[in-house]
Amino acid sequence: MSVTNAQNAKNDDDAGQQPELPEPVLRPDSGVEKRRNLGVGSFILLALGAFVFLFPFYYMLIGSLQTAPDTSIFGAFPNPANITGANYVQINESINLFRGLLNSGIFTGGVILFTVIFGLLVGYALAQMQFRGRGVVFGMMLLVQMIPFQLLLIPLYVMIVRDYGLADSYLGMILPFAINSTAVFVFRQYFLQLPSTLFEAARIDGASELRILWQIAIPLVRPAIVTAVLLTFIGPWNEFLWPFLVTKEQSIQPLAVSLANFISNIAGQAGNPFGAILAGACVLAAPAVALFIFFQRQFISTNIGSSVKG
Amino acid sequence: MSLRSSSGSPVTGKPVGGTADQRLVPRKRKGFLGPQPLGLLFSAPYVIYVLAVLAFPLGYAVYISFHDFFFTAPRVKVDRPFVGFDNYITVLSDPAVQRSFLNIGVFLIINVPLTVGLSLLLANALNRVTRLKTFFRLSYYVPYVTASVAVVGVWLFLFQQNGLVNTLLGPLAPGPSWLVNSWLAMPTVALYVTWKQLGFFILLYLAALQNIPDELYESASVDGGNKWVQFWNITVPGVRPASVLVTLLATITGANLFTEPYLLTGGGGPDGASASPVFIMYQRGLLQGNPDVAAALGVVLVIGVLLIALIQKRLVGGKED
Repeated sequence: MSVTNAQNAKNDDDAGQQPELPEPVLRPDSGVEKRRNLGVGSFILLALGAFVFLFPFYYMLIGSLQTAPDTSIFGAFPNPANITGANYVQINESINLFRGLLNSGIFTGGVILFTVIFGLLVGYALAQMQFRGRGVVFGMMLLVQMIPFQLLLIPLYVMIVRDYGLADSYLGMILPFAINSTAVFVFRQYFLQLPSTLFEAARIDGASELRILWQIAIPLVRPAIVTAVLLTFIGPWNEFLWPFLVTKEQSIQPLAVSLANFISNIAGQAGNPFGAILAGACVLAAPAVALFIFFQRQFISTNIGSSVKG
Repeated sequence: MSLRSSSGSPVTGKPVGGTADQRLVPRKRKGFLGPQPLGLLFSAPYVIYVLAVLAFPLGYAVYISFHDFFFTAPRVKVDRPFVGFDNYITVLSDPAVQRSFLNIGVFLIINVPLTVGLSLLLANALNRVTRLKTFFRLSYYVPYVTASVAVVGVWLFLFQQNGLVNTLLGPLAPGPSWLVNSWLAMPTVALYVTWKQLGFFILLYLAALQNIPDELYESASVDGGNKWVQFWNITVPGVRPASVLVTLLATITGANLFTEPYLLTGGGGPDGASASPVFIMYQRGLLQGNPDVAAALGVVLVIGVLLIALIQKRLVGGKED
């Protein structure tokens, strides 16, 4: 803190010195010109970046629609003679896309449900309630985000799969991710912004804490819930390693796992393996990309808020 | 913080006098758990969850790594003798483990500087541009929100023997193709992960750039500094805390690597050239039934990452610490 204050002070000094230099009017003009040039350079760099980032997605879609994989440069453009929906049928026969999507949905939905219910409770308590041990809970929430998952891998497997026999079950998949600590942090930050006098007044009026949370606090932090849901969504929806370890039966595997198994095992047997893989990839990617584009404001502000402050 | 303040107020009230102390007694008893003791109940599910599913396994991992541990059927009591550092010796003398640490070293050397450099460069450019800003942001962020399993499919397609990348390179295409070449497999994986994660780090830098006052750039351009001078003397020092964060996060993500090399190079890659430590954990622990060795590998890996992180913090963070 003191360091940033010192820096701010230094910046203020610099700003204060500036008006003392009454330079000719020409100087700022050349500055503007420089900025414009800089803008063009930046624009080209950004456009190049956007191409590199988006092209694989475009290619994914094109490739999923090709009758025969065309890896020449012309293959990157839509060719009416080479378009088919057969790859989607083929991948669906191998891994049952609907079942996979349903399993991904249950896995993700379960994590979101636990996160929202218990996250709102603890987030509200951390922000607007005073009780013994609050500092400990807060510290715990920050520390938990630093636990490396690879260290938990073996003991969690031993506990969940061997001791509790939760292999091939939704609960076994959900447990390690059940309450997302980053989302808890987001809830706390939003609740903290509400004036505490609001809650004191409600308490004096005799409202119970649960009622205050349900009728006053939650309606005021709806954006926080959207943000936390989106933030939580991408974790389990895209997760591969853990559900891969705990599921052996395809009927319960999330789409990411069944598609990955298709890529590593069965791909050799399919007529157009790349077409089928890319078709599956499109189905797996579409919900996350669509949600992201639809709610992009929340996505972007979330990550800035949660990661920089956390 | 709250703990101190709630228990501290009666203590500071003490020296005032006996009457004040007596008055405090009923309040003190009522306030032992604080004004809203229900907060404990509200926090309880989360605290229990963290203790049972995250904190306990953390200790359990260390326990497993020091014992002769093997999988048994549920509720079967067996002897798990303490074996000291035996599992650690097994891990450290295993050539496959050594190779995986070398692989992750190669990965980090390529991935971390590339991530820091490219995300700062793109965030800086994004900060200057007004047109299409939302579009650019979106496009950088899309790979980050998409499942790795999905995008791996396209990369396999692009980087296969007769894929689009090799077609474009023509005679410059590498001998055994990218992902089946023991020299290029890990660098290709590193490139993939850089591409996949970059959007997230760009956002971190974008946030950090908002803290640099415009006046600094204005006064620099008045003094005649060109854009590179400005970039090196204002932007880079200005976002140093973010650079530390990006370096640490990229390193931690890299050490956790599993999905990408597993799918891109079909397990451990050519001659184990892209086997990551987590892949070896999976292999030794779950496929070969040696969870004790795998747990020891996990502990070694985490200690290694902590050491690297400390060194990085020194190097990137400068002398201000």
